[in-house]
Amino acid sequence: MGSIFSLQQILNGLQLGSIYALIALGYTMVYGIVRLINFAHGDFFMIGAYAAYGSFYMFNALVAGRSGTLAFLVLLAAMIGGAGIAYLTNKFAYKPLRYKPKLSSLITAIGVSMFIEYFFSALPAIGPSYRSFPDIIVRKEIRLGNAVISNLVIIDLAVAATLMVGLTLLVRKTTLGKAMRAVSQDKDAARLMGIDIEKVISFTFIVGGAFAGAAGLLAGMTYPRIFPYMGILPGLKAFIAAVLGGIGNIPGAMLGAYIMGIAETFASAYNSLIGEGIAFAILILVLLIRPRGLLGEKTADKI
Amino acid sequence: MTPLLKIEHLTHFFGGLRAVYDFNFEIPEGSIYGLIGPNGSGKTTIFNLITGIYVPTEGAINFQGENIKGMKSFRIVHKGIARTFQNLRIFGNLSAIDNIRIARHYTTTSGLFASILRLPSFKSEERAVKREALELLDLMHLSNRAMETAKNLPYGELRRLEIARALATKPKLILLDEPAAGMNPKEVDDLMRLISRIRNEFKVTVFLIEHHMQVIMGICEWIKVIDFGETIAEGLPDKVKNDPRVLEAYLGKRGT
Amino acid sequence: MNVRKLPRFLIAVVLFYIIVEILYKTEILNGYLLHIINLSLIYVILATSLNLINGITGQFSLGHMGFAAVGAYVSGALTTLILKLSVSNPASMLPFILSIIAGGVVAAFVGFLIGFPSLRLKGDYLAIVTLGFGEIIRTVFNNIDAVGGPRGLLGIPKFSNFTVILVAAFLTVVIIRNLIESSHGRAMLSIRENELAAELVGINATRYKVMAFTFGAFFAGIAGGLLAHLIQLAHPTQFGFIKSVEVLIMIYAGGVGSLTGSILAAFGLTFLSEGLRLGIRVLADTTGLPIGGEWRMVVYALLLIFIMLFRNEGLMGMRESRIIKNVEVD
Repeated sequence: MGSIFSLQQILNGLQLGSIYALIALGYTMVYGIVRLINFAHGDFFMIGAYAAYGSFYMFNALVAGRSGTLAFLVLLAAMIGGAGIAYLTNKFAYKPLRYKPKLSSLITAIGVSMFIEYFFSALPAIGPSYRSFPDIIVRKEIRLGNAVISNLVIIDLAVAATLMVGLTLLVRKTTLGKAMRAVSQDKDAARLMGIDIEKVISFTFIVGGAFAGAAGLLAGMTYPRIFPYMGILPGLKAFIAAVLGGIGNIPGAMLGAYIMGIAETFASAYNSLIGEGIAFAILILVLLIRPRGLLGEKTADKI
Repeated sequence: MTPLLKIEHLTHFFGGLRAVYDFNFEIPEGSIYGLIGPNGSGKTTIFNLITGIYVPTEGAINFQGENIKGMKSFRIVHKGIARTFQNLRIFGNLSAIDNIRIARHYTTTSGLFASILRLPSFKSEERAVKREALELLDLMHLSNRAMETAKNLPYGELRRLEIARALATKPKLILLDEPAAGMNPKEVDDLMRLISRIRNEFKVTVFLIEHHMQVIMGICEWIKVIDFGETIAEGLPDKVKNDPRVLEAYLGKRGT
Repeated sequence: MNVRKLPRFLIAVVLFYIIVEILYKTEILNGYLLHIINLSLIYVILATSLNLINGITGQFSLGHMGFAAVGAYVSGALTTLILKLSVSNPASMLPFILSIIAGGVVAAFVGFLIGFPSLRLKGDYLAIVTLGFGEIIRTVFNNIDAVGGPRGLLGIPKFSNFTVILVAAFLTVVIIRNLIESSHGRAMLSIRENELAAELVGINATRYKVMAFTFGAFFAGIAGGLLAHLIQLAHPTQFGFIKSVEVLIMIYAGGVGSLTGSILAAFGLTFLSEGLRLGIRVLADTTGLPIGGEWRMVVYALLLIFIMLFRNEGLMGMRESRIIKNVEVD
């Protein structure tokens, strides 16, 4: 199977990093635009996985056999699921508190996260136990030098890369993307320019949620057990990745996520306890040594 | 005689932005000095540098002959410098008297043990602090507000409360950041009288930032004018008022 | 009689003690209800100590149960060890009291260590770091086999009883109240109100933030120890993030900054929690529907969201009942 630093492990790390990247982007975009740590974001990821699960069985009947189309539809369902819950959460839980002290929003986010997790867990149809994720794509093994990897690695990387490229184009080239950047930098100025702040915020949540949903699908395919609390740890780790890269910074989130994925994979290969703890260790190191993260900017508060 | 506050070659950058450049000033004990300049010229930054909120990029700040550059804010307060803020920073959910009492805290000696066990030493110290706080509120005509929650007080009284709180730290030098902001002419008159009392009765040297010409001309003994972080004039109020560079800074270049 | 000079809180607590004892001895109150009262009192200690950190000093800590874990494990292991070595009379409460205090002291030390580096961070970041540290503590205990690892520390002798717990809760509230109503307490409040202004009137904010953390951790450790000796068990799952959030919900429901509120909420929510647990079981049994215990947590979560959206000051806001609040020293 190779040593810790083998090609195999690097590829596994990149695969894990891809999933973290899709989740981390949502955290970072939302923080960038409303300065809120959306505790519930990991749960959007979980809902994406369940949306994919449910839609698979629904579509399978209709599109029997056509694996590619089916996979695409399932991805769409996952992204819509994630986007939908993100939109609703923002509209009903965060928007009313937009101009209240930030702490209130943070606590509400904790409450929303708790609610989603336990609600899903309490629903008899879903229940607290694990479910097996179906094989949406036929698994194949691919040889790359010394490494033997599943085709899922390629798929995870490819899907993540495509979405990330799409996001970069959105943010850099479109008017909406420009509006998002404007609102991130200076809400009041953006409002004076005629930008509808709430619409931009809503859109940001939708994109972030969609990405988290997509990550849910990828995670379901790659680590094929889903359960209502599956969003907690990946959510936390993806958040730490976003902080590592510089919270609020989109390339930072991508960078942080891949570093996190690789670090965690190497650490787990060495010792599973260290693998569990590496994320927390990274968090504490970052916050104590360089809180703005790798690519984050120093913010100066006017006094 | 050593000036109370001596600032030499004070320069401060925020990243690439130069906020203050080669600022020099000496404030003698017992004086009332002023700092004026257009908005954004760096006045509050200078106050922030003196009180330890920022560490200056370059330059020296000496208070009573001692170097205070780089000292933490609370230590600078212990040394004897107090300030008020342009945008009030009152402890809103606490009572007016609590706002004052907190400013006396650093002089108290009751330890945690004595406080928690309510020892007699703690009780007598609490009584003394309360008495001093009420006296101060009385001097500022705020006695009837002592138990009111601070955030409920009207603006003018909040400004007085913040000045009272700064005085409660028993400073030798007080920095007032636009104390007359938002005041009507009568209130400005009262403020000017208060500032004189601060110097004469409380024996506190005053250094103030102001936009109100009435205040500057009325009570400042010496003024410094800055623009874009640099000194453009200094001297007696009447002289500075007519200095062409000062007029230009405020009104812009005349002519075509 | 000068009503203002009466020790109102002490009288109220003594009355409470007498009433409960009478009700219990006459069997109107059964063992189960007494157990719930004991749990409520332990939550009083947890809630008021968290309130000191979050509500009085304004530092958002999300890892409070980590300190309770330290107290539980340290004191649990100590009493177990002392009894195994048969050093003292098994009926004596002294080793128990000492080990509870030891648990509190170690927890305070951990709080101090964590507080120092963390308290440079603001709001959101502090919350995340404290969450992280809470989880690290839990993970550490989960992996120490000497104290049972994932199975937990079992067989802790049952030294906790209503009297001990009530006395501990009473002392906790009095100490925290006396701290708040002193110059030191006002210093902490000023940090909550406006940290910069506090520094500019001579308050060493870092010192007081660390102090609040250390005190808060101490009492949480005491609570953890009392709990461990009540249910005779210390288990990593009792001290996770969700448990910390439960305590957070209590202080927000009661009113952040109000000790009275924390006391009322600790009782209210502990009883509500039990009530929900029973109610759900009854409902599931009678209707035959598969209604799981998770619904209890759904209610909790909705309660938190509701409080934040509609009544963010909770029950008491920042006000204190006259029973607890000291009169102004004259």
